Amino acid sequence: MNDTEKSELEQYLRIINVTKTFGELVAVDDFSLDIQEGEFVCLLGPSGCGKTTLLRMIAGLEEQNAGDLYQAGKNISRLPPHQRDFGIVFQSYALFPNLTATQNIAYGLESRKLPRKQIADRVTELLNLVGLPDVGHKYPSQLSGGQQQRIALARALAPSPGLMLLDEPLSALDARVRVTLRLEIKHLQKRLGITTILVTHDQEEALVMADRIVVMNAGRIEQVGRPEEIYRSPATPFVADFVGVMNFLPGFTEQESDSVRCGSFKLHCAEPHNLSVGEKVSLAVRPEDVRVGAANDGDSNVVPGHIDEVEFLGSFYRLTIHLEGLEDARLVAEVSINRMRDLEIDVGKTLPVRLPPDLVRVYPSEMMGGMA
Amino acid sequence: MTTTDLPTKTTPAAKNLQRKRVRQKVSAEDILRRGLFVLLAAWLFVFLIWPLYRSLARSMYDKAGEEFVGIANYVKYFTTASTAVSLRHSFNIALVSMVITVTLAFIFAYAITRTTIPGRPFLHAVARLPMFVPSLVQALVFIYMFGNNGIFTRATGFNIGLYGPVGIVMSEVFYAFPHALIILVAALSMADARLYEAAQSLRASSARIFFTVTLPSVRYGLMSAAFVVFTLAITDFGAPKVVGGDYDVLATDIYNKVVGQQDFAMGATISTLLLVPTMVAFVLDRIVQRRQLAQVTADITPLGPKRHSPLTQFVLLSFCVLVAVFIISTYGVVIVGAFTKYWPYDLSFTTRHFTRFYVAGAHHKGGSFIILWNSIKMATVATIAGTFIVFSSAYLIEKTRGLNWARSILYLLSITPLAVPGMVLGLSYVFLFNDPKTPFNFLYGTMGIMAISTIFHYYTVPFLTASTALKQMDPEFESIGESLEAPFYRTFFRVTVPVALPAVISIAMYFFLNALVTISALVFLFVPGKEVASLAVMLLDDAGESAQAMALSLLIFLTGLASRGIFYLLTRGVEARTQAWKQR
Repeated sequence: MNDTEKSELEQYLRIINVTKTFGELVAVDDFSLDIQEGEFVCLLGPSGCGKTTLLRMIAGLEEQNAGDLYQAGKNISRLPPHQRDFGIVFQSYALFPNLTATQNIAYGLESRKLPRKQIADRVTELLNLVGLPDVGHKYPSQLSGGQQQRIALARALAPSPGLMLLDEPLSALDARVRVTLRLEIKHLQKRLGITTILVTHDQEEALVMADRIVVMNAGRIEQVGRPEEIYRSPATPFVADFVGVMNFLPGFTEQESDSVRCGSFKLHCAEPHNLSVGEKVSLAVRPEDVRVGAANDGDSNVVPGHIDEVEFLGSFYRLTIHLEGLEDARLVAEVSINRMRDLEIDVGKTLPVRLPPDLVRVYPSEMMGGMA
Repeated sequence: MTTTDLPTKTTPAAKNLQRKRVRQKVSAEDILRRGLFVLLAAWLFVFLIWPLYRSLARSMYDKAGEEFVGIANYVKYFTTASTAVSLRHSFNIALVSMVITVTLAFIFAYAITRTTIPGRPFLHAVARLPMFVPSLVQALVFIYMFGNNGIFTRATGFNIGLYGPVGIVMSEVFYAFPHALIILVAALSMADARLYEAAQSLRASSARIFFTVTLPSVRYGLMSAAFVVFTLAITDFGAPKVVGGDYDVLATDIYNKVVGQQDFAMGATISTLLLVPTMVAFVLDRIVQRRQLAQVTADITPLGPKRHSPLTQFVLLSFCVLVAVFIISTYGVVIVGAFTKYWPYDLSFTTRHFTRFYVAGAHHKGGSFIILWNSIKMATVATIAGTFIVFSSAYLIEKTRGLNWARSILYLLSITPLAVPGMVLGLSYVFLFNDPKTPFNFLYGTMGIMAISTIFHYYTVPFLTASTALKQMDPEFESIGESLEAPFYRTFFRVTVPVALPAVISIAMYFFLNALVTISALVFLFVPGKEVASLAVMLLDDAGESAQAMALSLLIFLTGLASRGIFYLLTRGVEARTQAWKQR
């Protein structure tokens, strides 16, 4: 048995060449992914990218046109939902409004005809687990949004499923509740070691919660990787633009495989682009990586920038800059309050702007077509 | 790495897969669900499609039913001057009634939703009273008031010429008024206050606001009300039967051909003709309702009643009071008529009209109460069976994954009964169930077939009520149930039904109240001795026993009111029980 075969067998959930169409629309296009036991995977993408459809196919709530699904080594492609092993939480909570929190959590346990005592014990255990030991007697409408979602989580976890599916579980909540609950869910997931798939369009949520992020666009995978990888080395302009904020500057490749011409400047990038000379490219750099003002001698990639606009955003300033010779392109930079004061940055000034070579990425311009 | 396309274009590989599907294994639950689908399809087929087909087929055979004659019957209808008038008459009646009813109902609805005139809840309640009696009762009352010997005629010496189109239109307006009112009150209550505030801030005059904001926002409601009134008026049998005189309309024509002349071929022909305008009105109404749904946005700031100018308020109040007084006085006439020995010659008090019951020369022991008991039995069966069937079928159609084509067909079949006039339905049942060769012949002449025809006559509105209630429920309840390995029927009984209980109760009430007053589908289906009260009113009037007809009408009215009260208490009880999980 060689290494790849062994690792395939170790995967808890295998999604193999799954395709789903709705009439003319291809929602999920030949999608393949392996997920390890205990892993927390986020499907991240804009609305309509097929992430929810994929989740519903894993649950068996949609039938795929083609492809196979294996869970714990078993082919589940043709099993109806109630014969699969998963728990699911929806954005709408979908708590049964006529049942109390306790009855909601017990719902799946009663299906399994467990003894009454055992059900009661398990419900108490779960109420404690989600940090709501005292709300068992309450109806969903008497609970806050965050509490409802915790009960929904408890209900899904009650029968101890092997796989947890979370469909935008935090989208309906207030910003503050969302921030606390996403950490709680992550800790809970690590504690129980349950394999989890979360669908979200919120990149911050994905970055904070996931072990691995799958960025999806138009039914396909754009990039799979750890959160840091996705953010620091976006494989495509789509990922760069969708996860975080990205500046794109137009340019042409130079003779050297590590330099690009932007307007009248020659800029370097640490990673060689390996493209032939004179090809149209986009140079990408994140706003927080743009260094404004006072460069040291010998620094490369320093160009004069003209400050067009200054926005105050509380903890930092956002500058809109245009580079000389590149009148049509706008560069956004984020600058701390201290630095603003030290450099006396203001609208109308022209300052040196540095684009650090190791933080600059180059994409051939035909890749720009897939951007959202 | 490749360039990604927008998902709207199909890649060649995906194109090949479009028709394929990895089908899930069929579980025991699926088999049960599909079995229920088959049952539902069979139910709709046997009691809707098949009878209507038989009726349509019958119109293409000769009088004896032996020889296929194609469209000869239709040609005969249109070329015979004496019969062809009924189509024109029906249209005249329906159109005139439509214009008058919608106008009156709109003014009334406006007054009770938008102005601050006193007694609005009372006026609203009175305006809905005509729904509690069969449509022919108002015609009877009008004879007592405006007929040749009516109170009004004798007091003023002025005969309005009631028998004929005047009497029919008056009765139809009276009968259809509450139906139009319900639609218009709903439409006027859905207005968005912000539109009015915007118009006012732009200094539009109140007349300009009325024509640029109010009317456009209720235009779909007005259209819907117009279609409903048109359909009610063109299909009504009771009023033209009682007060129509020689003025034949399609509904009375069908009755005369079938019951009077035993000409089933011509009866079937005319009933097919009656089906055409109702189908057209039905389709137009569906289109309008779809537009209206699209118009309603999720969040509107509701517009409450506002004080209008004193003159406007006074005029509207006078109008509403006039309408209310007129409605109440008709019930006054029913009461007086029921307790008077021999109107208008011997006005002394009696209760004998309640205890005697003569119809077709036979005397029934127990009087009116026995007949009323028949009605209650029939209405109860129709209500229980109808509510159960309609709600479960709406559940199957709304809450099943997949089987899309089957669900679409069943949905369409479930809403079509609204387009089928009661007369047409009743006659089609005769063609199917009175045929000894059909396996369902045993149903003919039973209370059961009367209940089933009533269920189908009133099928659509409850179905749509159930369907809407189910659509408003979180679509993920079923997914959650499945993920927790609960069979669908468990989630249905444990969650769906309790949450939809208010809708279930209103469905039951709709069936019960309509079953008490319906006539048109039953005129062909009853057998002597098993008359229901609404039907008996017609037979008594036919026999010249109008005082007994009044007595029975009063009993129907009181039964309707009492059952309305019971349903009200039931709703209150359910609300109290469910309040715990509704309060925030």
